[in-house]
Amino acid sequence: MTTLTDKIRPRRDSGAPEPKPLKLPKVHTRKTTGDWVILFIAIIIGLFIAIPFVMIVINSFKSPADYNSSGPLALPSNLYFDGIINFWTRVNFPEKLWNSVVISSVVAVAAVLLSMFNAYAIGIGRIRGRTWIVVLILLANMVPQEALLYPLYFMFKQVGLYDNIWAVIIIFTVIQSAFGTYLLSSVYGTFPKELLEAASLDGASRWQILWRVVYPISRSTLAVLLIFFFIWTWNEFLIPLTFLVSNANQTVPVAISVLQGDRLMDVTTTSASALLGLLPTLVFFLIFQRTLTRGITAGAVK
Amino acid sequence: MTAPLATETTESHPPRPGKPAGKRVRRAPVQSLIPGAGGKGFWLYLVPGLLLLTIIVLVPLGWNFFLTFTKYRGIKPPVWIGLDNWTKLFGDDVFWTSFGNSIAMIVAMVVVPTLLGLVLAAMLFDLVGKKFGGKIASFLRATYYLPQILPTVIAAIVIGWILRPEKGALNQVLGAIGLSGLEHNWLGSPDTAMACIMVIMIWVQLGYPIVIFMAALQRVDPELYEAAELDGANWFQRFRAITVGIIRPEIFVVTLTCTIAALKVFGPIYALTRGGPGTSTMVPSYYSYSEFFQNQQVGYGATIATALTVVVAIVAIIFITFQTRLERQDEER
Repeated sequence: MTTLTDKIRPRRDSGAPEPKPLKLPKVHTRKTTGDWVILFIAIIIGLFIAIPFVMIVINSFKSPADYNSSGPLALPSNLYFDGIINFWTRVNFPEKLWNSVVISSVVAVAAVLLSMFNAYAIGIGRIRGRTWIVVLILLANMVPQEALLYPLYFMFKQVGLYDNIWAVIIIFTVIQSAFGTYLLSSVYGTFPKELLEAASLDGASRWQILWRVVYPISRSTLAVLLIFFFIWTWNEFLIPLTFLVSNANQTVPVAISVLQGDRLMDVTTTSASALLGLLPTLVFFLIFQRTLTRGITAGAVK
Repeated sequence: MTAPLATETTESHPPRPGKPAGKRVRRAPVQSLIPGAGGKGFWLYLVPGLLLLTIIVLVPLGWNFFLTFTKYRGIKPPVWIGLDNWTKLFGDDVFWTSFGNSIAMIVAMVVVPTLLGLVLAAMLFDLVGKKFGGKIASFLRATYYLPQILPTVIAAIVIGWILRPEKGALNQVLGAIGLSGLEHNWLGSPDTAMACIMVIMIWVQLGYPIVIFMAALQRVDPELYEAAELDGANWFQRFRAITVGIIRPEIFVVTLTCTIAALKVFGPIYALTRGGPGTSTMVPSYYSYSEFFQNQQVGYGATIATALTVVVAIVAIIFITFQTRLERQDEER
């Protein structure tokens, strides 16, 4: 887009010819003071947003004595890894990490599938009364979670799934797919009709059209949903806390909060727990950042 | 974004590529997009979704609704007491306070992030991205998004340090720059607790609209901007006339999802203040939780939760109707 505007617009500032880079210029060279001010403001806002993250990193590598003498803002006087090691072994971090990864991945995949089926019927199938079906499905998103705890507790206890990660997986698959259905139905509602007609003329069944036409074309939107669902499920707290009571089933956020109540915890171990709790989603987000923005666009254009 | 929600229209337009979702009007009776495939076969695809929805959401909702007419403490079977819980609810000051605080939450989680997010997204996309390069713009976008990937529990730990009265980072900074008079027990005093929560929620929410709006902005045709610029429109005029108009579907999605989230906000309150001090940061969701699990007044907790669900549902339906109507007006133009 920037290259396009460069080509169209004649340069207005015809001062001394600037040295031209060999490649197409990607960046406007004309920068006014106002542009710099805006960049400055944008960076300042970014810094403010990042402060808490910087604090997590700084304090994770301090010794408790160092923290007590210099406070939360100073840089560590020397690197100290005991906080991280302490937290790692105390909560058996790999086990919690594995629980979180399993729950979040299964929910992400299952909720995307469920959203796709729902949206196929609503957006492309255009079944009767779909407005109200969307509202009904969105209820899963509207109900405050604490209202679900008692009934679901009894139901899962009855079928022997209480204190089992599958209970949490099933619950979040339903909750996340509500948002997915809402978003995807509207994307499918404007699906290119010619493609569907062509496939139908070729004698493809509904099932085949879904997997050979609709799925490949909407894959980028589905990827966005997958990423959202993974991160959202990872960060969920109340339902995992209630349904996964035994230590071996806990997720990362639950383990951290349980440890928070422990009086023996020093501040730097707490900070280390925050760092370790944050890293997995951060890495996940950084890997998929580009998919995220590309996918939203592609989905919206269609 | 809500094509499936526009049902009662009668005209038929050819699909317009490049237009956001939800812009097509269909002929009634409604037909599927696949010729010859009737609506009936598609019901099969809804079976797993609706079945799971019934078990996980609808049955518990119905159960809760039943409990609102009972006295139930979690152990002995519920006792029918008619409308007692509901009359208690309407006269309950804490309940009304909590709904009042919901308005503060809507300001902090919907109004400010959406408006600020619009401006920041346009700024990053339009000025920073074009003049300083896409790398800087996407780096800043990722930074703004960071709080969204932070689990609430962990955010609460860090914010606890920053705001704690003794040796808290904020008070230390204030002391260091000679403003020790402003030092305060930020989350522990009724006069500042709510304001702090609001600032924290703005911090948490801001990244969500920015990421979605920036993606939507890529749909804006640069030539439109060129033309407007030649016509002498300044940045703000272009922003209002072009940007806001084109990414309106995304603005709706962001506002609706954030409003729902603001009305049922729970995690940050639970982790930071537990509704206190007093009831200064009490929200409906946390109030219902405390009745459910601390006071063991399950019947009353269910009443609060049901009332909250009804409010959220009404807001969502008003929203969706309004959006559908706006889209239809666009069609008629």
